[in-house]
Amino acid sequence: MRLKTFRERAMQGVFFLTAITSVAAVAIICVFLFSNGIPAIAEIGVFDFLGGQKWAPSNVPASYGIFNMIVASVYVTAGAIVIGVPIGIFTAVFLAKFCPKPLYKVLKPATELLAGIPSIVYGFFGLMVIVPFIRDNFGGDGSSWLAASIVLGIMILPTIIGVSESAIRAVPESYYEGALALGATKERSVFKTILPASKSGVLAGVVLGIGRALGETMAVVLIAGNQVQIPNSLTDGLRTLTANIVLEMGYSTGLHRQALIATGVVLFVFILLITLSMQAIKSRSEKHG
Amino acid sequence: MADKSIITDSEYNQLKAVNKINLRQRLISYKRKPLSLVMLILVAIAAALSATALIFIIAYVLIKGIPNLTPDLFAWTYNSDNVSCMPAIINTVVLTVLTLVISIPFGVGAAIYLAEYAKKGSRIVRLIRTMAETLAGIPSIVYGLFGMLFFVYSLNWSNSLLAGAFTLAIMILPTIMRTTEEALLTVPDSYREGSFGLGAGKLRTILRIILPSAMPGILAGVILAVGRIVGETAALIYTYGSATGYAVSPFCSGRSLAVHKYVLANEGLHTNEAWGTAVVLLVLVFAINTLSAVIAKKLGSKKG
Repeated sequence: MRLKTFRERAMQGVFFLTAITSVAAVAIICVFLFSNGIPAIAEIGVFDFLGGQKWAPSNVPASYGIFNMIVASVYVTAGAIVIGVPIGIFTAVFLAKFCPKPLYKVLKPATELLAGIPSIVYGFFGLMVIVPFIRDNFGGDGSSWLAASIVLGIMILPTIIGVSESAIRAVPESYYEGALALGATKERSVFKTILPASKSGVLAGVVLGIGRALGETMAVVLIAGNQVQIPNSLTDGLRTLTANIVLEMGYSTGLHRQALIATGVVLFVFILLITLSMQAIKSRSEKHG
Repeated sequence: MADKSIITDSEYNQLKAVNKINLRQRLISYKRKPLSLVMLILVAIAAALSATALIFIIAYVLIKGIPNLTPDLFAWTYNSDNVSCMPAIINTVVLTVLTLVISIPFGVGAAIYLAEYAKKGSRIVRLIRTMAETLAGIPSIVYGLFGMLFFVYSLNWSNSLLAGAFTLAIMILPTIMRTTEEALLTVPDSYREGSFGLGAGKLRTILRIILPSAMPGILAGVILAVGRIVGETAALIYTYGSATGYAVSPFCSGRSLAVHKYVLANEGLHTNEAWGTAVVLLVLVFAINTLSAVIAKKLGSKKG
């Protein structure tokens, strides 16, 4: 009997320890990133690092300014939102409210399939199809803000569709029926009652999509051109924070390498902010039912 | 729908007929509210665009890639002429197995704690959930950076199978935790009560009753995680490296299929082979995801 209680207790402890792993993992990721990145930021100077427009690690003296890349990441994410969010939300509305059942059985797995395509395949597709298309039709060398926005817009579609659709479906059917009974058309009922009622869920999907677009690396690095600049037009190239890390980490040493890790820290802080706002949205929507 | 005790079937059908809108009435209402028609068209266009994007990408990759699936592409030894993806495929399998071996005990253990032991809504549970969600939101390049700093440099494992597997194990941990917990929660409480009633302890109940019943759900989650491992690139480049041979020992560097694909695409020298590799990667990931969906569906139909 004694042995059995001991074993029960011991195993409960073991399960608890495994549960703590995720907390430990986040802690250790934070510690390693910050401890490697922050000294570099201090050495370069916070303003020179975050606000500097010049990234020239091989110059003497070298300059490490990532301002243009922060702007580029924001630009690319914004482009992805402009393309992905309207299409995503409207597709979610279609799936939840307008889709005939036989079509739904095909379309729903199709959107899930879109989520399964590896980002490197998206990137390669963009490189071989979208980049030449932009080069031929809009000028520039094709690898551009526009190319990255289109590919990222497609990549965040499944996230936005999936989360928005379940949010729309969670709205009580009576809202919809009530609007219909008052003489509203089907579309009016959907867009004026259901969509507003599901807005926090839809917003959560959009925020999740933003996180995905901001953190995407392999697709962007192949199609965005990677010039360190603030683009003047949609066909100009740009280099995001993520691309900067992948491009130069392989051969970097010393302060250069630390500056790249610091770039990762900036990205990480952005993502943490997004995760936090995501959780705030979620807890708010739970409170309001 | 029709509550039989209040109205009869024929009355119900009459009501339904009254509520039906035919095409003419619909057109009239659209004429009165043209914006509704516009919205309908926009919704249809959006759905068509989403579907087209998917079909276009997949069809394009398949059409370009399938003619390039030559025996050379699957030659046993890699050289810079055939850029064979065989070593990369084997490496991916080894990497996947090792990652799962590391991650599953922690992920399943954590889910068991959350579903079976923890008090719902206690502070520690909230902390664990928040952290798991944070992990799920971290982009793979940040995992790659961390893996490089911790496993490759601090633990001095250099670019190796082990470093890559541990990095990915942390990355897929939230996926396995979440799906396992959901699977555990679908096991009816009567199973637990029955087991306790027969005198089994909590541990025995979990290991002998609950885990086996939840197995299909756990499996579906694991396979989902496999899909993520196979498609992953950014987290592996600076942890697993990109050596072209077979990574047979834990401290050997190698490249997974997705990294191989990236190197080919980046060099731009072997475009045909890159298309072929894209097909292999795509088919692999789709097969894995379909398997996961089928298993999850089976579970769903069993539970009603």
